[in-house]
Amino acid sequence: MMNMELENPVIDPGKCDGCGLCVSVCHLDGLAVIEGIVVITGRAECDWCADCEMVCPNEAITCPFEIVILKH
Amino acid sequence: MTVELEFLNLIPHFAGLGPAELESVQKLIFEKTAGRGEMVLLEGEPSEHLYFVSSGVVKEFKTSAEGKEQILSIVRPGESFNDVAVLDGKPNAASARAMGQVTLCGIAKPDMAALLRQHPRIALNVVGVLAGRVRHFISLVEDLSFRRVTGRVARILLEHAGDGAGGGPRLTQQEMAAMAGTAREVVGRSLKALEEEGVIRLERHRLVILDQEALRDLMEASS
Repeated sequence: MMNMELENPVIDPGKCDGCGLCVSVCHLDGLAVIEGIVVITGRAECDWCADCEMVCPNEAITCPFEIVILKH
Repeated sequence: MTVELEFLNLIPHFAGLGPAELESVQKLIFEKTAGRGEMVLLEGEPSEHLYFVSSGVVKEFKTSAEGKEQILSIVRPGESFNDVAVLDGKPNAASARAMGQVTLCGIAKPDMAALLRQHPRIALNVVGVLAGRVRHFISLVEDLSFRRVTGRVARILLEHAGDGAGGGPRLTQQEMAAMAGTAREVVGRSLKALEEEGVIRLERHRLVILDQEALRDLMEASS
């Protein structure tokens, strides 16, 4: 079983231009731009709303889903 | 507070204007801020202002009678919204909400009309902006009306489903959109529809398929 607590959005530092749009929309205040690159501050547990992914103009931050079939 | 000329210069509506023309535009622009979740425009209300996003992000959307939301566009810094209503004089065509703290630059409808009369360059720029907007919406209409996107999303989910042990492939909504040949906004709507029908359940980073048969039926109906 995966540890749900440790899951965070995935950041590609090579694509991030530090524009900070993801920081501005994170309703949990869980992101910050440090030295020109977005980082996860870990202040709150990400709820996977994926707003950061939606607003990123460079696809630098993503919220991938693991697709699983419910076992009865 | 005066809007910076450098910012106005980046807005497609005012591209190619000289310093004197930009200054005449600057006099008509006002600044406004909105907090996270604040409604900036309400669909159906009289149109009063055209807005440019200076910082932050605004979501433009329509709401159905059942309360379902369809995102029309994500408006980032330098981009505009409510152009259509300000230019045709009819009520706001969509609602707009601040996705976080935003700073907007606004211009009143009569002032925009005066700029269009006085500066052919602005009029031509606005035609270009509107043409781009029409192209975006044609693509969205095509996806929402003619393509059975939900069926294709169903196929993608079934083809990428793992055993839940954590080692399987992961997909973003952007990747699902690319695979389904549609926009991310349309995938988001399809996933919400599937969740409301009890076919899937979204659990943070896990998308759980609850009803494989229903997904197969959707997939087959679209092929």
